[in-house]
Amino acid sequence: MSSYSITEPSVRQKWIAGILVVGYAILTLIPLIWIIATGFKTPSDAIAYPPKVLFSPSLEGYVNLFTSRTRLAPEDLAALGEPTTWYDRIVRGYDMVITGPSRYGERFMNSVVIGFGSTFLSVFLGTIAAYAFSRFKVPLKDDLLFFILSTRMMPPIAVAIPIFLMYRELGLNDTQLGMILLYTAVNLSLSVWLLKGFIDEIPVEYEEAALIDGYTRFQAFYKVVLPQAATGIASTAIFCLIFAWNEYAFAALLTSGTAQTAPPFIPTIIGAGGKDWPAVAAGATLFLVPIMVFTILLRKHLLRGITFGAVRK
Amino acid sequence: MMSDPVVHRVAAATPPRLAHRIRGLSDRTIAWLFVAPTIFLLLAVNIFPLIWTIRLSLTNFRTNRPNNEVEFVGIENYRRILTDEDTWTSLQATAHFLIWTILLQVLIGFALAYLINKKFRGNDLWTTLIVLPMMLSPAVVGNFWTFLYQPQIGLFNYFVQFLTGADPASFSMIGEVRLAPWSIVIVDTWMWTPFVMLICLAGLRSIPASLYEAAECDRASKWRQFWTITIPMALPFLMLAVLFRGIENFKMFDLVVQLTGGGPGSTTLLTSIDLKREAFEKWRTGYASAYAVILFVTVFGLASIYVKALNKVKDR
Repeated sequence: MSSYSITEPSVRQKWIAGILVVGYAILTLIPLIWIIATGFKTPSDAIAYPPKVLFSPSLEGYVNLFTSRTRLAPEDLAALGEPTTWYDRIVRGYDMVITGPSRYGERFMNSVVIGFGSTFLSVFLGTIAAYAFSRFKVPLKDDLLFFILSTRMMPPIAVAIPIFLMYRELGLNDTQLGMILLYTAVNLSLSVWLLKGFIDEIPVEYEEAALIDGYTRFQAFYKVVLPQAATGIASTAIFCLIFAWNEYAFAALLTSGTAQTAPPFIPTIIGAGGKDWPAVAAGATLFLVPIMVFTILLRKHLLRGITFGAVRK
Repeated sequence: MMSDPVVHRVAAATPPRLAHRIRGLSDRTIAWLFVAPTIFLLLAVNIFPLIWTIRLSLTNFRTNRPNNEVEFVGIENYRRILTDEDTWTSLQATAHFLIWTILLQVLIGFALAYLINKKFRGNDLWTTLIVLPMMLSPAVVGNFWTFLYQPQIGLFNYFVQFLTGADPASFSMIGEVRLAPWSIVIVDTWMWTPFVMLICLAGLRSIPASLYEAAECDRASKWRQFWTITIPMALPFLMLAVLFRGIENFKMFDLVVQLTGGGPGSTTLLTSIDLKREAFEKWRTGYASAYAVILFVTVFGLASIYVKALNKVKDR
């Protein structure tokens, strides 16, 4: 390209475009900033009118998020003596004592286990299936590929009824394994399609050379193809992880006690006398911020992946 | 990267005969070995349940009464759903939601993509920041939006007061029949406009600069270039974005169930939420299964017709 092109936007156009886009970005980020800010407010600051932009930060939301508490009569409180830790002190301010940890930690860990477990499985199965579809003559290939894609059109609730019954029979209801298998199946369609695109781009000649050098198919696959597809595999993994991390419908219907993930749990956090918004916001912050950081750090691969998955075909 | 030692270790740890058999597998066997787990899992978790749903839809089965005798009722469930007023009410709510979200997201998304494509400095970072909402959990974010929508104390209501002077305590976005359908449109648009924007951006970037240069030589006005080059070239991408948003929003559940739960009344009772109530609150399993089949056939049918139209536009 020459340094000057007649189709290059003028400096003035760039400025106007920049200001409009930045304006939209700031507007659209306000709800997210508000979630993070509310997590550091006291309950009374959170519901103040007019909404408080400046406030003195407090960790009350986080303390309430991680503990369960109970109210005591003043004489019982006095009998307990002075609070020993900073979080005890916060809770005492409301005539309460901490009775134990809340469920949030467990729910968060369930999200981690189910998210990473299903991501690993769907990327593993997706990679080998995509390789087979890309390199070998599979009978009914196009039909199978379309079938794989069409499984994504089903509303989750529609599949949830028989899965609920099936899992009840198999004892998979409300288990981490059940959720891992389910999310793997949901993610597989995306994973196969994305990865087939990445593997299609790797020239077949590399493997052929390896085969001539005496490699077996397996060796050619994991010594030649896998390293070449590493970036594609990584960005597919991120998409699978984000889906499993954010999923709500199946989690709300199929888990209740032991295997419940964070998304159905966070909205149920309540405090004394109504919704404890700072605690809800604190829970949401811890759950959402990792994904935000991820998105910003890995933006090159992610943004390409979104359009790639949608635009190809 | 997989390195030699790993291979040797795996080879050493495998009994010689088995190792020989694994190494010597034919391409055909490998192809099946590689595809089979995926097909099996999809059959087990997608197709088998679908067939089961169709079977259940012809019965009066209720999950909460497993001991009741299950009767075959034929297409009775389908007849009842299609003649039920409530089904049409929820389809109307879904149509309102679909039409407005797609319209707003296409307009705003395309405009943003057009502006970002002016390649001002730092545009990739700002693009990423705009994309953030769509990466987050719709249920968690939807739940927090009920806080922003609170009368008096909510940030959204305060914002409306700032713009229009309306009393922030005088209206409740999710509590009023008049406003609730718009409350879900606003949040969905906030969340998913970036998706349309990214696809449009891919479309705009795929237009070769030579087309504009040729138009410039022919002294075509910018306005004309926009309508005769930009729009036709970006149209397949726009249509694709509409397809994806259409399918996704027809299935919409998590965001709206957390925002309004289908209320007030049934003003925001989208079909997925209606279906969930029938299946998991009223436990009318057979009836709900028939409902699910109808929805699936609808999405599948509409999507197929739409894809045909899309391919026509692409081939032009």
